[in-house]
Amino acid sequence: MNIYKQEFRMNLKSVVTWSIWVAVFIFLYTAALSSIATDAALLNEMMANFPEELLIAFGMQGLDMSTVLGSYSFVFLFTQVLLAIQAANYGISLVSVEERELTADFLLAKPVARTTIMTSKLLSALTGLTITNAVAWISSFVAINLFKNGRAFETMPLILLLLSIVVFQLFFLSVGILISLLVKRVRSVTPYAMGLAFGMYILSAFGGMMGDVKLELITPFKHFDPNYIINNGAYDMPLVMITVVVIIVSIVGSYVLYNRRDMRSAA
Amino acid sequence: MSIIEVNKLTKYYGKARGIVDVSFKVEEGEIFGFIGPNGAGKSTTIRLFLSLIYPTSGDSKIFGQDAIQHGPELRQQIGYLPSEVFYYERMKVLELLKYSASFYDRDCTQRMYELADIMELDLKRRIDDLSYGNKKKVGIVQGLLHQPKLIVLDEPTAGLDPLMQRNFFQLIREENERGATVFFSSHILGEVQRMCNRVAIIKEGSVIRIEDIKTMQKDNYKKIRVMGNGLETSRFEADGVTNMIQENGAVTFFYKGDINVVTKMISAQELADVTIEEPTLEEIFMHYYE
Repeated sequence: MNIYKQEFRMNLKSVVTWSIWVAVFIFLYTAALSSIATDAALLNEMMANFPEELLIAFGMQGLDMSTVLGSYSFVFLFTQVLLAIQAANYGISLVSVEERELTADFLLAKPVARTTIMTSKLLSALTGLTITNAVAWISSFVAINLFKNGRAFETMPLILLLLSIVVFQLFFLSVGILISLLVKRVRSVTPYAMGLAFGMYILSAFGGMMGDVKLELITPFKHFDPNYIINNGAYDMPLVMITVVVIIVSIVGSYVLYNRRDMRSAA
Repeated sequence: MSIIEVNKLTKYYGKARGIVDVSFKVEEGEIFGFIGPNGAGKSTTIRLFLSLIYPTSGDSKIFGQDAIQHGPELRQQIGYLPSEVFYYERMKVLELLKYSASFYDRDCTQRMYELADIMELDLKRRIDDLSYGNKKKVGIVQGLLHQPKLIVLDEPTAGLDPLMQRNFFQLIREENERGATVFFSSHILGEVQRMCNRVAIIKEGSVIRIEDIKTMQKDNYKKIRVMGNGLETSRFEADGVTNMIQENGAVTFFYKGDINVVTKMISAQELADVTIEEPTLEEIFMHYYE
């Protein structure tokens, strides 16, 4: 419990910063898209003239920008990118930070098992991500209701979208941890986190463009494609299961690797 | 039961040698010195029996129990001061010490303040504002505040000014008198000589000798210097004579063995002067590293 608290305290500033960015992003984009929704017919017409590959790449294929959820699904896709970077960031640095900043000799010489350290850190990161998640929920509901301009929308698909966030975050958190333990040394967290988050996004975007199904299979951006969820009012279950399996494998693998790992020393 | 029992411990980092077949025992109440130059494997050995890293082969026991299997509970009774001290930089000293104390079963508050007082540590400052020496003090306090039965010190005095070193050695002696066993790793022989009962010498990853410090200094080696006209090294060649140097009409050598043999050898010469003294640990040490 002491590690959990300590980790949470050290991470709190970052959680608050990320949460503010997510809220600001959701408000600004929902507002911007709502103001052009009045000209949605024009926008839809314009989009129809775009090359289809481009529309797929930006997750705009089959999107009706005149509806509340149609434009929100566009907002949500980029919210996903933000959430992915945050979760990947926390995952990559979760245990690697101790080795990089050479505090491993302090923490691991304490009477505590590595499994306990990992669990405490994992739960602490998850708490932080859940705060950002809650902020995303609240901002989404407030922003949509503020800028819907009297248009009606279904609540269920929106809830499904927002419910997917926790699994989505877990994917990037757990894969991040696993990667940080597979490499010998994480010198800097940002390149790894950006690489993981944008890499997955690009796989989803370009995978769709090239019609290559295999690439899409590994990216949660495809597993939780907002377009699909809005249009079908349901998750693409077989794909969601892939995410769940990856999360489980990554977490189990991380525990095993961390328990066996040689901590780097200063010298 | 030995407090530390290291058995054929071997560690390779990939192909790079860490330590090879290191074995020794540290008994209860000892101050055990562990000396060797940088890169000899001192920290590797310590980090192995603390389970910060895992051995390629061999094993280590602490308080008679396997260091890896029982690591967490064993560490309740171990205080460790790493050679390089880095702590969570954004924390204040007091926060870090309280965090450290929170890992132990007992209440460490009183001892924490006592130690901070002895080491003249300012508890209100942020860790990243501290000098190297002050960080070292934080390291000392966090390593001792739970009154451990085994104290492991890895190059503890680097960065401490002489006055603080004296306080620190006094502190370690008191802990030792209280019953704590001390494992003291250093490359500074003077301090090992002052503090330790026994010493293990590690060279290029292998322990080459474990000896009582008094035996090592007194009973074994003599440093002999003879002066006279036309002295030649060949006249002093005998079993037990090493490190013979001839310069400025003087011959200096180390001798280990029956003292009568060497005195006869010396008395057979026409001498201007002779000194026979105990070599410092430094000199013995240099000798092992030839």
